[in-house]
Amino acid sequence: MTVAVNPTQTGEPLFYLADEHPHPEGYSTSLGFWIYLMSDCLIFAMLFAAFGVLGANYAAGPAPKDLFDLNLVAVNTSMLLLSSITYGFAMLTMQQNKIGQTQMWLAITGLFGAAFIGIELTEFAHMIHEGATPQRSAFLSAFFTLVGTHGLHVTCGLIWLVTLMVQVGKFGLIEANRRRLMCLSMFWHFLDVVWIGVFTFVYLLGVLR
Amino acid sequence: MTTDTHAAGAHDHHHDDGHAHSTFSGYMLGFVLSVVLTAIPFWLVMSGALPSKQITALVIMAFAVVQIVVHMIYFLHMNAKSENGWTMMALIFTIVMVVIGLSGSLWVMNHLNSNMMPIHQMSGMK
Repeated sequence: MTVAVNPTQTGEPLFYLADEHPHPEGYSTSLGFWIYLMSDCLIFAMLFAAFGVLGANYAAGPAPKDLFDLNLVAVNTSMLLLSSITYGFAMLTMQQNKIGQTQMWLAITGLFGAAFIGIELTEFAHMIHEGATPQRSAFLSAFFTLVGTHGLHVTCGLIWLVTLMVQVGKFGLIEANRRRLMCLSMFWHFLDVVWIGVFTFVYLLGVLR
Repeated sequence: MTTDTHAAGAHDHHHDDGHAHSTFSGYMLGFVLSVVLTAIPFWLVMSGALPSKQITALVIMAFAVVQIVVHMIYFLHMNAKSENGWTMMALIFTIVMVVIGLSGSLWVMNHLNSNMMPIHQMSGMK
């Protein structure tokens, strides 16, 4: 590492890269956030692997067929899909600098997301009421961990969404807020991608088994 | 200093590229495709339209893969050029890790299940 030492006129060594040039604020945010999403993707992949290994170990307890109501899952899936497209509309109106419409679409996205979480929690409460708790069998432990982690992500996304609505309301569609909205857009669509895996491999294949 | 300004300019130019892809028609096309690709697997499982469960399982997994690609392209705006290809590199690396992790776990654990039966079953096999 010889490049790090640059003697100045006074003879004191300075430790920095001579060819470092200034970057505009946030120029690497989208790549950094993408790499975060990829690491999150690995977390979900390992939870899917755990579910794939343990998903058939019912310990003489309830099986997916006894527990899952596919009509409810279909409604839940449509909630998340609708929230994805409304977030897309928020991004489009943001590009046109329409603050009011952006806020409206963000609010609608938030309502769909809240509906998703509400339906999921109702489903969980119903299962736990019937005795299908996470402690009941390896299948249910893996199920609650995987689906619960996804639900927790959506909840965090909702908190982030409300925070950004306050930010946009206070400071308008400044460059920093546009960057933040773009990151949340990636996060939100990513959660929808994970949900495709959940409803296919956990719910549909579970009922099919 | 000329190289510095050039580099900064290149970053700015690149930054603009990242936002140019979202259009109303793109989002709507992605949404319609997603609805179709979601509705068909649900209908297949709920109605039992296909003769065997294995065929149904394979078909709905294929639909899931297609829908994930649709979301990647129309909602996440993935392409090979964004961030000079680094997002695509990160994605490919992640997919490789996911495939190794998932297939490895399922394969190894499946073999453990079939080769390490409880002792009373093992004695019955001989």
